Amino acid sequence: MSNPNIYKPYLMKIDKVTEEAPFVKTFRLKFTNEEDAAKFNFKAGQFGEYSVAGEGESTFCVASSPTRDGYIECTFRETGRVTSALAGKEEGEIIGFRGPYGNTFPIDEWKGKNLLFIAGGIALPPMRCVIWNCLDLRENFKDFTIVYGAKTVNDLVYKHELKEWEERPDVKLITTVDPGGETPDWKGEIGFVPTVLEKAAPSADNTIAIVCGPPIMIKYTFPILEKLGFKDTDIFTTLENRMKCGFGKCGRCNVGKVYICKDGPVFTYAALKQLPAEY
Amino acid sequence: MATENYKLLKKESLPALFDKLTASGKTIYAPVKNGEKTEFDVVTKYSNDINDEYIQTVQSLKGTVFPKVEKLFDYKSDKTDTSIQEPDFSKFPQNVLWGLHPCDAAAFRPLDATFRWDYDDKYFLTRMKLTTVVGLSCSKHDDYCFCTSVDISPASSDGSDIMLTKNKAGDYLVEIVTEKGQEVYDMAKELFGEISDDKESYITDVPKKFDLNELNKNLDGSFEAPYWLAQSMRCIGCGACAYVCPTCTCFDLQDEGAANKGSRIKCWDSCGFGHFTLHTSGHNPRETQSQRWRQRILHKFSYMPDRIKVFGCMGCGRCSRACPVDMNISENLIKIMEEPKNE
Repeated sequence: MSNPNIYKPYLMKIDKVTEEAPFVKTFRLKFTNEEDAAKFNFKAGQFGEYSVAGEGESTFCVASSPTRDGYIECTFRETGRVTSALAGKEEGEIIGFRGPYGNTFPIDEWKGKNLLFIAGGIALPPMRCVIWNCLDLRENFKDFTIVYGAKTVNDLVYKHELKEWEERPDVKLITTVDPGGETPDWKGEIGFVPTVLEKAAPSADNTIAIVCGPPIMIKYTFPILEKLGFKDTDIFTTLENRMKCGFGKCGRCNVGKVYICKDGPVFTYAALKQLPAEY
Repeated sequence: MATENYKLLKKESLPALFDKLTASGKTIYAPVKNGEKTEFDVVTKYSNDINDEYIQTVQSLKGTVFPKVEKLFDYKSDKTDTSIQEPDFSKFPQNVLWGLHPCDAAAFRPLDATFRWDYDDKYFLTRMKLTTVVGLSCSKHDDYCFCTSVDISPASSDGSDIMLTKNKAGDYLVEIVTEKGQEVYDMAKELFGEISDDKESYITDVPKKFDLNELNKNLDGSFEAPYWLAQSMRCIGCGACAYVCPTCTCFDLQDEGAANKGSRIKCWDSCGFGHFTLHTSGHNPRETQSQRWRQRILHKFSYMPDRIKVFGCMGCGRCSRACPVDMNISENLIKIMEEPKNE
């Protein structure tokens, strides 16, 4: 039998480790097998299972853009067994990767639109993929706004990229930290993401909003977007639930009859409204 | 039912048939008497301990195609080099599953649908391909049985490659259902005789307790129904129901071994366990036992038919027999149809 083994991971070499924030790292991963590298492709929004031999697998979105060829990146926070083991890995070491799984952001349908990205804390990584994807196709879109907040200045991830976006004339970046999370030389906003968003009041006209953050941020952000005039079909987010397989068999991630691994992880707010509260 | 295609397999021919199967490299699982109980076990020969009048075993034969613990691959790893060794799929066993009831034979359908859903699970599909199912009509049933409520009957051959029905003389009326069944027949043709007999008269009559499609319709919009909590108040979340269920497929993926050498395994899990859906953050979308009971019922009777076009319950009654706090699934399903969805 020559059919592929869906449980068998690709072997990936850690090409580069970046310390993003306390307990948060980014790995740049390259395929050890060139045939795998040549065959592999993915789209913005998809996720994978990353594994450390002896510890198991963990689920994260691919954090790099498919427009950047030759590698994938993942950003994770050291929390559980697998992520702690991952955090102990160094450049040159091998980890496993299965994927890509799930649906994608419909970037092609966003041509000619303004894009508004709203992210909180460790939820910027799943959005970074689509941000860079769209920036690499910048001419396809009109205004490009990113609102990003974290608990403290130290908790902001991708600090070098935030600086790059800040300096780009074709990107409007608003960064914020929770009250008390600022440093003496902090020049960004102080306040929670939904509040800062309401104050910035970006126009809903011809605009797609992409939101990703902790449940509490999402809960308060959606109503503000609706107040600003966004249609629920123009608001996108990416959901997470615990997963093992990533392809609809292990039985964990379903929200009602909807499987986050297969039908998601990307959903519109309109689709979310149809789901029972099981995420 | 027309019976002109039936063959007769005499009881005294069984030892010769089992010998032939064993000699051809097959591993035979059969229901074997062990004191008061009958459980499936590997046999190489026919013996009088093989029980063809049992009502139900505690465990089904699900584990022969979806093992409780399946090694997916071995790994070896040092700092900069890792290798993965997959099992030799050509060495997977050729199993003959002898004498399982129609509910168990039909249970391979939902397993197959799940393990094929867009992504083919090579482990399951290889094992299934190498399996021959010899079903056995039921001559007895108990109060926990409800196959007729889930569109299966004590004589249905769906899922079987060969179907046996025991007659009064203790011989079997044999129905060759599939090509795999034909292969077994062809291998031992001389052991089968001709017959024209009616199998229905040897089959037990399992009363129908509810209508499956009605139940399915009734579950629409039931997510917030009060009965989930009422029905699961006594559930202790032990997961026994899932571990005896012939159709439950929920699994975990884990590593066994050390960083330098070990295996990745796929092992049975249960939606009834509290940590099953627990996020790293501490958030749990199915925090309470009632939410987990709801998932169990909706998955089998609503989500599966909707997504993979097959129901997830065969009416074998094992979960109800195994439940340490006497949660009876058919009684609860009937209540779901009788009770209001809104408080």
